[in-house]
Order: sequence, then C-alpha cells, then structure tokens
Amino acid sequence: MTEPVRIQGLCKAFDNLDDPAKPVLAVNQVNLDINEGELVTLLGPSGCGKTTLLRMVAGFEEPTEGDIFFGDRRMNNVPPNRRDATMVFQSYAIFPHLSIFENVAFGLRLKSQSRKKIEKHVTEVLAMTGLSGMANRSPTQLSGGQQQRVALARAIVMEPRVLLFDEPLSNLDAKLRDQMRIEIRELQQRLGITSLYVTHDQVEAMSISDRIVVMRGGVVEQVGTPREIYSQPANRFVAEFIGRANFITAKVGEANTVDLAGARIALDAPIAASPGDSVTLLVRPEVVTLSPTEGIINGTVRRVMFLGNLTEYLIEVPGTDPWLVELSGPEAPTFTAGDTVRLSLPPSSIHVLAE
Amino acid sequence: MVKVNKAARQLKVLARDPVLVALIVVIFSAVAIFVVYPLVKVLIASLQVRGVWTLETFGQLGERRLYRSAIVNSLSVSTLVGLLGVVIGYIAAFVLTRLDVPGRRVLHYLTMLPIISPPFVSAVSILFLFGLNGVVTKQILGLQDFSIYGFHGVVASQVFTFAPIAYLALRGVLASINPVLEDAALNVGATGWQTFWKVTFPLSLPGIASAFLIVFIESLSDFGNPLVLAGAAFPMLAPQAYLEITGSFNLSRGAMLAVVLLIPSLTAFAIQRYYLGKRQYVTVTGKPSASASRIVSPPVKWALYSIVVLFAAIVTLFYGVIVIGAFTRVWGFDYTPTLAHFAYVFDVGFNAVTDTLIIALITTPLSGLLGMIVAFLIVRQKFPGHGALEFGSILSYAVPGTVVGIGYILAFNSPPFVMTGTLAILVLCFLFRYVPVGIQSGVAVLRQIDPSIEEAARNLGAGTLTTFRKVTLPLIAPAFFTGLVYAFVRAMTAISAAIFLVSANWNLMTVQILNQVGSGRLGVAAAYSLVVIGIVLVAIVIIQAGVTRMTRHSASVKV
Repeated sequence: MTEPVRIQGLCKAFDNLDDPAKPVLAVNQVNLDINEGELVTLLGPSGCGKTTLLRMVAGFEEPTEGDIFFGDRRMNNVPPNRRDATMVFQSYAIFPHLSIFENVAFGLRLKSQSRKKIEKHVTEVLAMTGLSGMANRSPTQLSGGQQQRVALARAIVMEPRVLLFDEPLSNLDAKLRDQMRIEIRELQQRLGITSLYVTHDQVEAMSISDRIVVMRGGVVEQVGTPREIYSQPANRFVAEFIGRANFITAKVGEANTVDLAGARIALDAPIAASPGDSVTLLVRPEVVTLSPTEGIINGTVRRVMFLGNLTEYLIEVPGTDPWLVELSGPEAPTFTAGDTVRLSLPPSSIHVLAE
Repeated sequence: MVKVNKAARQLKVLARDPVLVALIVVIFSAVAIFVVYPLVKVLIASLQVRGVWTLETFGQLGERRLYRSAIVNSLSVSTLVGLLGVVIGYIAAFVLTRLDVPGRRVLHYLTMLPIISPPFVSAVSILFLFGLNGVVTKQILGLQDFSIYGFHGVVASQVFTFAPIAYLALRGVLASINPVLEDAALNVGATGWQTFWKVTFPLSLPGIASAFLIVFIESLSDFGNPLVLAGAAFPMLAPQAYLEITGSFNLSRGAMLAVVLLIPSLTAFAIQRYYLGKRQYVTVTGKPSASASRIVSPPVKWALYSIVVLFAAIVTLFYGVIVIGAFTRVWGFDYTPTLAHFAYVFDVGFNAVTDTLIIALITTPLSGLLGMIVAFLIVRQKFPGHGALEFGSILSYAVPGTVVGIGYILAFNSPPFVMTGTLAILVLCFLFRYVPVGIQSGVAVLRQIDPSIEEAARNLGAGTLTTFRKVTLPLIAPAFFTGLVYAFVRAMTAISAAIFLVSANWNLMTVQILNQVGSGRLGVAAAYSLVVIGIVLVAIVIIQAGVTRMTRHSASVKV
C-alpha cells in the first residue's frame, strides 16, 4: 500500500577532502511532506543535493541528521532492501544477465511468490508499460526507451509504498522524453503511488509534478505547485531557474506604485517595501507587449531572433538592463533591429521579488 | 553542528548487516593469520639466533661471499630477464594487437602457453637441447666443454617462462591505446617512426614499466629454473634460502635470505602498484580498437613479425622436445620410444598426481569465490580497515614463494597453529598466495560496472548475499573465470612455497618433477610435465563451460 512521506530536518554531511574540519552539507535541514498519491519533484542544478535526498529516502545514503517517515514508520534504520520504495534509476540499471521478464520478476521472486502469480503479475505490468511480447528478450536487444520502460515496470510491479525516480529521462532524446513523461505521469496517477521524482529539467518538472521542490546548495528554496513556482517565485534564484526572466530594478512610490524607466505603475498586490526603497521586479518575457506607438516605456530594438513559434527581442530601455521580450501568435507585430518601440505590461503580471 | 565520524558511521551502517560483518571479520582474520603472520615470523626468525635478538645473521651478508654473490646474481638475472621479457612481450603484443599479420590467433596461444606450464618445462627442455647430453650441444655441435649451467642458462630459461606474462600485460596496454591517436599524428605530418616514439611509446610507457616490474618480481622469486640451471658456481637467493633450511637446517639464515629477497620484491611491487598504477593511460571504452596500425612500413612489420614467429617456434620446439623426451628411453644415449616414463608416473608416482589434483580441486573454487568476495568488499562496501584489507589481500602477490614457504613452516609448526604436513596447510597457502589475481581482476571488472545495478537489486528487496549471488557474481563472471583458472593453474604448477610444505602424506607433481630432474631422470620429469599440462588444459575447458553456464545472458552483454 502506498503511503505519505514525511521528511524532517534532514541533513547529509560528506567529508570535505580539503578541510576535514568542515564537512560539506549536501542536504541541509530539509523538511518536506509528500501526500499520499502525490508526485513531488526535486528540481535544481547539479550538486544541489536533490539526488542525495532521493538516495536517503531509498536508503542508499545514511542521513547525518533528521528523520524520514513512510506513513507513521520511521525509516532511518531500515536497510534499502526492506524499504519497499522502488526506484527508477538514471542509468536504468537493468540486470544485463537477465531477460526482460526476469528483470521485472526479480523483486517478486525474492518475495517467494508462486510461479503462477509472478507470471500473471509480470505479464500485466509488461502490458501496462508497452512491453508485451518482449518478455524473453535480452536487455541488449532493447532501445533506450524500451530499457526505460523495463526499469519502470520493474519498479511498479512491486506495488511499492513509495516510487522513486532519479532523473529517469535524462538519457533519452527529446521526442522520446516528451512521450515518456506523459506515460510516467499517467501511470503514476492511475496507480496512485506516492512518488518522489528528481530532475534538473524545469520543463519536465513543470509538466509532471503536483508540486515542485526547488533546491540549491542543499537547501529548499521553494515548495509549490508548478504555477506558483513560475508566477510567484520565492527569490531570484527560483525565478531564474524556472523559465526566463527580466529582473528590473524599480523604486517604490506612494500608494502601492513602482517607478521604473520613467513610468509609474500601480501594482495589484501590496508591496512589502516602503516608499523610496529599491525593489527588484520579475517580468516574464512573454507578458510584455511591443507596439510602435502605444505603451508606457520607451525602448530600442537591439536584436531580433525568430524561433518559429515565437520571436525573441532584446530591447534596450534607458535606465535598466536590456529587456528580453517574447512575442507570439499571428497578431504579433514584427520589428527589426534599430526600431524604436513602446513597451507595455499588465500590472497583474509583475511580481516583486523578496530580497 | 553536524558531527562527522567516519568509522563510527560506517560501523553503524554495517551493524544492520550481520552477515556482512561476519564475512569481513573472517576475511580480516584469515588475511592476518595466513598472509601477515608468516611474514612477521620470517622477520623475527631472521633477527633471532637461538632465541636471542641479534643482527648476527645479517652480518653474514658482509662476511660470506656466497651470500653477496647470491644477491648480485639474483638481481642481475632479474633485471636482464625483466628487460628482455618486456622487449619480447612488447613486440609480440604490438604485432598481435596492432598489425594485420597471418596466424594471429595461433601465435597468441603459443606465446601464452608457457604461462600454464609447470615451472620446469623450459629448464628441462634446455637440458634436453643444451645440457651435457643435449641434442644441440652434444649430438649436433659435438661440444665437450660447454656448460649450460649459470647465468646464461637461467636467463634463457626465465625469459622463455616470463616473457609471456609481459606479453599479456602489454597486450592490454596496447589494445587500450586508441589507434585514432596514431592517425592524428600521421595526419599532422609525423612519420611512422616519429609517431611511434612520440605517441604510441610514451602512451604505453607506464604499462611497459609496470610489465618490467612484474617480470622482475617473477624472476626474482623464481625457484625452479635457478635450482635446475644455476649450478653450484652461480648461487642465487631463492634456492640458497631453500638450501639453508633443508640442507643446513639453519632457519635464521634461511629467514635472513628470505628477508633479503623480500625487500626488492616489495619495493618493485610498491612502485608498480602505487606509482605506475595511477599513471596508466588506459581508457576503457568497451570497444576493442580493431583498426590496424598504419605506423610501420612493410619491411619493419615483417621483421617484427618474424621475431614473434621465432619466439612461437621456440615455444613449439621446447614443448616438442618435452613430448619426445617423455617417450624416449634415455635422452642423449638411447632414443628408442618407450612408455616407461608414463608407466612410472601412473604407478609409483601416481600418489603425487592424485594429491595435486585434490589440492587443486579444493583450492580452485575457494580461491575463485574468495577473490570475488574480497573484490566486492573492496569496491562496493565501506568499512573501517578497508585499505588494510585491500593491501593485505594482494600483498602475497609480491611475496616470493620461498619467503611464504619459510614463513609457513615457521608459523604453523608450533602452537597456536599446528598444520605442517597436512592438506590444510597446502590448500591455505595456495588459497592466499594465488587469490590476488582473482581479486585484482574482480576489482577491475567491478569498477566498470555501474553500481546502480546492484543498488537496483537492493532496492527490489535483495539482501547483501542475494545481491552478490544473483547480480554481482554473474556480472563479474569474466573475472571469476580468470580467478578460477589462475588458482587452478598455480595450484597445479606451484613449487617455490609448496616445496617447504609437502610431506609424505601430501606430495605434489611439481616436487616430483624436481626430484626426477635432480636424479637425472629427465624422461619421467617430462612425462609428469605433460600430465600437468594435459590436466590444466582440460580444467580450463571445464571451468570455461561452467562459468558460461552460470551467466547465459551476459556473454554478449556490455554493461
């Protein structure tokens, strides 16, 4: 049976080879609750501690401090082979000496279930993962995508309490990655297994997760739904890591307004800072519109890049860093480098970053 | 503040796996008792005379010319054999891995043949050909005053015996140098000669140095060839230490010579392992580089080829002579064909055959498994004393057999361990002496296997032992095979340590061969040698079949 996961004050220190007195904190005081049946993604650049965190949940790494619970049961001292938290490995880790069937049946055989029951169960799961008819093949005869499916089948056949994914799609090409992403999500929702998913790919995280945990340097920067993380990032790091962003310095004015590049904008959300303070605004490139005449800010087109579904402009605006603007859709006007333009942006789309 | 205490943390993790803890404790104690303790005993014996601590025995080195010349002779023979062995080995490896020449497979097997032979094949062949009644020296050239005994005899015999080891080591080195690098040098205008000296040779240099040191150690520790071919006028360390103990019953002098023998061996081993080991430019791609080298011109190519063919021809000649000698009544006088020598082996001398087989059959599986288990512990497990276990378990590779033999009779002749004269002492000696090769190949193969494959097994519910049995062992089957074959071959052909440990109850074929050579009955020696070679070849085929069966799917699998 699947169960919620609770992580409390989890730390992992590794020895520091340069300075033994100062261990490296790969994971630093992480608290996280994963609800039953929820898929939570750990997202962050390499070295942020996400894989270490996942491996502690799996039991491959020993926490230096803190606790991991599956349901009410503290898992810290449970060895990895007793955790019932099966994992889809980044390298797939298919047993090369066993057939596809035996790979998937591996864990069931250790539970000494009846031959018949194992066969029925494995066949079911192979069908579920699109591997019907491949039971007797050797792993070397499979493509990357099929190996990925075997890894997935091998994990879900165990009906684990928790399902773990360690960057499962990083070895696939872009098209296959998109497809597998959808399949994994659909399967996970159908089976309703509590899942923890590690990736460094923000698109993958956005598309697959119920909630995302953004990590940096072993610390959780923000936890939220994909929408919250994108539109209300907790800080500059999160904003920069998820999607593209303009960071515009502005001065807080009276009555919930900000002054930037000669324009005064009244914001919808209340501003925490007091008038006269300097704040950083997050402006996503796609919320800005350009027009030859209409707008509140003056700018000059410095660079144009046509990317098919959208056109990307770099606009020089006096008094700020250049703005990145993305225009899309058939109605969008086109400009060339050197054009003078006017920029407008809806106040609701401006997010004031916490310092 | 997070407190990091490595050993305590590792112990905490280990404590959850009592089987693993037990295994580690058992292996640690076994290594301590059967590898380290005998060496300590040798050291103590060399520093004591009748129970009194003294440096007197080492003082003998200065006083007695015999000992001084033994040191000089041994070191000069080893150095020369190392150099010649590496030159021949390198040429053979280069020709057989990089050049497109006919008969590569046959030449490969012929070049390797001496590795699986009992230690006296080349010595006996040399006696058949160049001895007092040798075909070449007496029958063909009619020489009266030529003596094969001494420096040249030992060097010739050892080069023949040990060049194949250099060949195998260098083969791996050369095969791992990507020929694209040579092409790149040619592409920017280097000649073939320049490419070799500026690219190929420098890249293989650490491997060459390593091969030299391996051959140096083998030659220095060699007992059989010097015993047969050195002669009284050319003392050498290993036989001299043996003679001190069995001839003069002088344990402390024997132990002292053993220590003297141990020093250069361990030094060479340390350099090979800790200095050169880290400097090998080996890139493991999993794909053998098949493309032929373009850096040698046809005349050079065929010149090198003829050297390899010549070596293979000498191998064939030596073995041919052994075969003929085994069926010849009295070599040098009466060349009538006879089965008398075999009749002797299978009648009077048959105990030695069965004894050797029993010992080899017990040692082989134990050694194969122990090697893989230790490799698994070294590569995959973290525990306090990890480095010490790795060092201790491969140490015996560098310890000359003579030293081990003396150590074993010193250590296991008196309480707490009384084992002399038993089957156990021979098995344990072979087990710990020959397990390092299995360990090292296990470690090498295991390091290339993605640890997440074993983690996946754990993750799916397999305990440490199940993971080892169902996943690790099948994956490292090639190393397991190497370990088994090496253990079997060595158990069948060992002499230097074993000669101290055999008894009336448990005797060995190699010791019988030595006795026959000693009493001038070369025909019986040759017959014994052929029986050993036959058994070894059959065993390799059986082990191969067994290991293949164990790992049906993995035969073609690249991890």
